[in-house]
Amino acid sequence: MDLSHIFNSKKILRASFYAVLFSLFSFSANSQEHAAADTAHEPATAEHGEVAEKDEDISQMILHHIADSHEWHFFGNVSIPLPVILLTDKGLVTFLSNKFGHNDHGTEIIDAAGTQLVNYHGKFYYPSKVKSADGTYISHDGKGELLNGKPLDVSMTKNVVSLLISAIVLLIVFIGIANSYKKREGKAPKGLQSILEPVILFVRDDIAKPQLGHKYTGFMPYLLTIFFFVWLNNLMGLVPFFPGGANLSGNIAVTMMLALCTFVLTTFNGNKNYWGHVFTPHVPWWLYPLIIPVEIIGLFTKPIALMIRLFANITAGHILVLSLISLIFILKSVFVAGVAIPFVLFISVIELVVGFIQAFIFTILSALFISMAIEEKHAEH
Amino acid sequence: MIVGSIAGIGAGLAAIGAGIGIGNIGGKALEGMARQPEAASQIQTTMLIAAAFVEAVALFAEVIAFLGTGQVN
Amino acid sequence: MILLALNPLVSPDPGLFIWSTVTFLILFFLLSKFAWKPIVKALDERERSIEDALSKAEMAKAEMAKLISENEDLLKEARLERDSILKEAKEIKDQIVNDAKDLAKSEGAKLIEKAKIEITNQKLAAMAEIKNQVSSLSIEIAEKVLRKQFEDQGKQQALVNDLLKEVKLN
Repeated sequence: MDLSHIFNSKKILRASFYAVLFSLFSFSANSQEHAAADTAHEPATAEHGEVAEKDEDISQMILHHIADSHEWHFFGNVSIPLPVILLTDKGLVTFLSNKFGHNDHGTEIIDAAGTQLVNYHGKFYYPSKVKSADGTYISHDGKGELLNGKPLDVSMTKNVVSLLISAIVLLIVFIGIANSYKKREGKAPKGLQSILEPVILFVRDDIAKPQLGHKYTGFMPYLLTIFFFVWLNNLMGLVPFFPGGANLSGNIAVTMMLALCTFVLTTFNGNKNYWGHVFTPHVPWWLYPLIIPVEIIGLFTKPIALMIRLFANITAGHILVLSLISLIFILKSVFVAGVAIPFVLFISVIELVVGFIQAFIFTILSALFISMAIEEKHAEH
Repeated sequence: MIVGSIAGIGAGLAAIGAGIGIGNIGGKALEGMARQPEAASQIQTTMLIAAAFVEAVALFAEVIAFLGTGQVN
Repeated sequence: MILLALNPLVSPDPGLFIWSTVTFLILFFLLSKFAWKPIVKALDERERSIEDALSKAEMAKAEMAKLISENEDLLKEARLERDSILKEAKEIKDQIVNDAKDLAKSEGAKLIEKAKIEITNQKLAAMAEIKNQVSSLSIEIAEKVLRKQFEDQGKQQALVNDLLKEVKLN
């Protein structure tokens, strides 16, 4: 792989310029959101009457930003409600998320088409029979586990909408590019085509070919899809306002889905050699009871590592940016911004690179796992 | 609360190990590239893959720390 | 682990999982059918055509070089031939000149010989003439001298005596 073009000075200048712009935006957007979140949490704080809750609030705010939500928050009090779709035990229930107000403390029972529900921290549960001591219809056991049942929530949440947007963007961009390839057959690429062609070639020549050898053609569609899907969602996650802002590739359900796809592909393409390596490893027979379980666990740890790597990288980046901005509110001084903002800038630029590198790593590791599964001859130990 | 903190310390310790590991990988890769500039692109790819594996350790620890902080709610 | 309540961050949300799986699979099939297949095909084709063009250019270059070298060979050959023809012509010319020279020489020599012979003949003839004339003249002179001398009888007698003496000696 040749990354030297990334270090090209002209491009670095341009990239850092955009990064500066972008971070300014992200700062303003994040701080506004924070302010909003702050006011939203104020009643709760007041209720508890504890000053120490402040720090707790900030970590709650950060988690709130990283987590999924039933509405898309823009700024201040402006947000789009998104449809809630619940598969309850009495059938399908759908309503817009703002229909029953914004109470997410579990203190109100809502009645959606005959189904009693309670919104607790953005999730819908069946209410308990009696109100708990803290005024909610949610009951906990001694260890802090929720006892309430919950319906299957297949709502169009913020992440789902972001997912659909990214899918549509990918479809439009790449089908457009495919058409321009047909239209300008045999000619030099132009426009978007020439921007993305090197990336497609990068996936082919630096990821697929070195890992998969001559069998790469069959896996090209999967690798390209996964690369651009992860990359686009990483970048969209970094954009703080509308089309982005959802922490999609930093959501463990999405990374789990992606890792599962790789796992399924690996498992179904595994040849005799691959399974032979798992069930009849090249060790003395008396080591089999030790090695075979290890090999079987190894089958699963690979996709799990993939899942956690992407999730944790992206989430960590978001937490870092939000924490640095929150420093201003934790220390209650606007002068902290002088330190925090350059740091946010720095981290944002790094996150741009990380977004690309994680997409690359995810794709190259998928290719590596697939190549391990389809490898014909195995090197003897 | 305490469980979360201990998990956080654990994550920090894991980050130390992963940091040393990634530092080693990067240093050795740089050495290799300086010695054989023509193999730079290959070394870079391998370096990134190795770094990703090492990084996974720190990330596992981070996730464990997340698991720990669940108690707080 | 059971002690730890799951943080919402690390507990996969089933709804989102279902949505993302469905969306991703649809995206994957649509993209691989309508985007990746034509794109990869077009890229491969273009690469192949570029490779073809390059190899063709290479071939044309080789052909050109071959032609040029052939031309050069031809030229060289022609030059050689010209040289040899010139050389031959020169030889022939030289030979002709030499032949002519030889001929001229021998002819000249013959002429000279003839002339010499003629000269000798003429000389001999002239000599003979001169001899004849000299002898007749001398005879006449001798006659006249003798006549003058032998007007005297005694002198005739003496001569006869001398002559007789000479005869005896012989």
